[in-house]
Amino acid sequence: MSITADAVEAARAEGRSAFIGYLPAGYPDKEASIAAAIALAENGADVLEIGIPYSDPVMDGPVIQQATTEVLARGFRMDEVFEIVAAVSAATDAAVLVMTYWNLIDRMGPAVFARRLAEAGGAGAITPDLTPDEAEAWIAAADAHDLDRVFLAAPTSTPERMRRIAESSRGFVYGVSLMGVTGARTEVSDAAERVVSAAHEAGAERVCVGLGVSTRAHVEEIGAYADGVIVGTALVAALRDGGPEAVAAKAAELSGRG
Amino acid sequence: MTDSAAAGSSHRGAEGPYYGPYGGRWMPESLIAALDEVEQTFGEAREDEEFVAEYQRLCRDYTGRPSLLAEVPRFAAEQGAARILLKREDLNHTGSHKINNVLGQALLARRMGKTRLIAETGAGQHGVATATAAALMGMECMIYMGAEDTRRQALNVARMRLLGAEVVPVEHGAKTLKDAINEALRDWVATVENTHYLLGTVTGPHPFPSMVRWFHQVIGEEAREQMLAQEGRLPDAVAACVGGGSNAMGIFHAFLDDAEVALHGYEAGGDGVETGRHAAAITLGRSGVLHGARSYLMQDEDGQTLDSHSISAGLDYPSVGPEHAHLADSGRAVYEPVTDAECMTAFETLCRTEGIIPAIESAHALAGAARLSAAWTAEDPEAAAERIIVVSLSGRGDKDVGTAAEWFDLLDEQQERQERQERQERLDEDEQGDETGVQA
Ligand SMILES: Cc1ncc(COP(=O)(O)O)c(C=O)c1O
Repeated sequence: MSITADAVEAARAEGRSAFIGYLPAGYPDKEASIAAAIALAENGADVLEIGIPYSDPVMDGPVIQQATTEVLARGFRMDEVFEIVAAVSAATDAAVLVMTYWNLIDRMGPAVFARRLAEAGGAGAITPDLTPDEAEAWIAAADAHDLDRVFLAAPTSTPERMRRIAESSRGFVYGVSLMGVTGARTEVSDAAERVVSAAHEAGAERVCVGLGVSTRAHVEEIGAYADGVIVGTALVAALRDGGPEAVAAKAAELSGRG
Repeated sequence: MTDSAAAGSSHRGAEGPYYGPYGGRWMPESLIAALDEVEQTFGEAREDEEFVAEYQRLCRDYTGRPSLLAEVPRFAAEQGAARILLKREDLNHTGSHKINNVLGQALLARRMGKTRLIAETGAGQHGVATATAAALMGMECMIYMGAEDTRRQALNVARMRLLGAEVVPVEHGAKTLKDAINEALRDWVATVENTHYLLGTVTGPHPFPSMVRWFHQVIGEEAREQMLAQEGRLPDAVAACVGGGSNAMGIFHAFLDDAEVALHGYEAGGDGVETGRHAAAITLGRSGVLHGARSYLMQDEDGQTLDSHSISAGLDYPSVGPEHAHLADSGRAVYEPVTDAECMTAFETLCRTEGIIPAIESAHALAGAARLSAAWTAEDPEAAAERIIVVSLSGRGDKDVGTAAEWFDLLDEQQERQERQERQERLDEDEQGDETGVQA
């Protein structure tokens, strides 16, 4: 059974939407990134997304880009990801997903990547530049190791594509709340609710919404219709400015436990 | 030829999305609808006589097509016995082959009802061509250019601004072409509704590789007809430089099924491929995914893209169009690196012997032709004298005069010293400016 789906369903059983937090692997260094992820889980995150730094992150805005560029500049290697996932999943009950651009999986080989992720206790992967159309190898590798695979659904996805995305995803469908890259926004786009209902109609059991979510008010607004709410940039900025303690405080505020 | 095409073994007209194992569409879901729209609009437009007629009219009356196929005997004589003819894309309006693709895609953008064009640029030639088309069609225009390239190609930055485009220097990563593409994609994800991303070469997600090639096929079609009309036969070899690979695909395509015509692509060898400072994606790369396509890619053991290096901003890209990757694997075309030094020798020779200043990009193809002629001549001078090489002279070198002046030490010392000092002062000022910015 899907670790990620279980985490989202556990939140639903408590009468709330799941809270999902993103942090980049190895930022600002390995130890602090582990501490920050654990702090995030201890302060309300049901699911963690560990982003793998990549040289060409076309879906990321300036805050996440700057963080991951720093990590790469200090000589980050892929081995670190599995160490971080292992340390974090051993220390928390949260489902630990990685978020990665495709070429990093491609270079390692999908089968090897999936095996190492499963061995580290990871729940699966979110793949922002991989659509189901190109995902045959990844789906096979993820299935072989019982991993979740989260694909993105956009405001511009046709009903036909929504069905394909819903069928191909395991864990949840990542509903992109707006047309743009990651980064805090002041308001929630009205496209978010449409994406969620379209994905549900297409058969997705769980749809979580991310991009631009940065305040408790956003979380509550989106939580009213989505199965989970995803926050990235606001947490990365907290980590940048105040270390793991600031992540703990921000997570508590966002999850409503502050 | 027609028979083999009918039998399905033709290399011509490959539609994508895949070229052997290469190509595809590795893109965020948010952009898939826009790519579908481009694909559908292009598919309809190429069958629409009115659209094709308008495109051809612009190519003739605005670009100045057909471009000449002209022999360069004094240049050729310094290389060996073979004859060399240049396909003069440098004479196109805006100074390079890039305009062929730009006019086509700008017409498509208008057909889709888009009012804003964005583009990446390396050497600035594609940016200039895009800014030109935007001016011609009354569209808004934004050009993303690596900050490193805005320095190397300052003249083209000014040209784009004169043409009414906004030029955004990109400060991320290596600050060159690949980073400009990242930034253009980020813009496009947020603006697809009114914006067309006018990608400048045969890379990227489907349908860009086959569509951009289609708009450039005219280069090879003209060259093939001109050879038959002027020489009564086909050339023995066709040589082109390969950055993303658009001028090369454009000139290769017409000859793909002419088995007797050898096709040679020349990549940027930078300081030499053994130094690691180069942009020879096919020569040293391995299969990977960047900017929406699977192709040869310069990457490290983890799959992180490696920084490329070349004296030529237009070839400074760590991957290559997927159709080239497939042609390389199949052996139909052969790709080799040309170093900065070899390319600058060819650059200087063409200036001195023929009165033509080539783009540094195109000088890679000239150096490749020189290498071919020398090798044939060493083998059999009489046979070599019967051979003809057609070179894609993809652009002119006005933009490169500063780089060449530095390379060949053409400015007198006092002036140079003064300029170096001024440059240093400007850098110091910039740094101070940056620091204040961070503190603020
Ligand atoms: C004159 C010229 N030739 C060649 C290139 C390389 O592009 P491509 O390989 O797509 O022809 C450029 C790119 O800027 C260019 O300006």
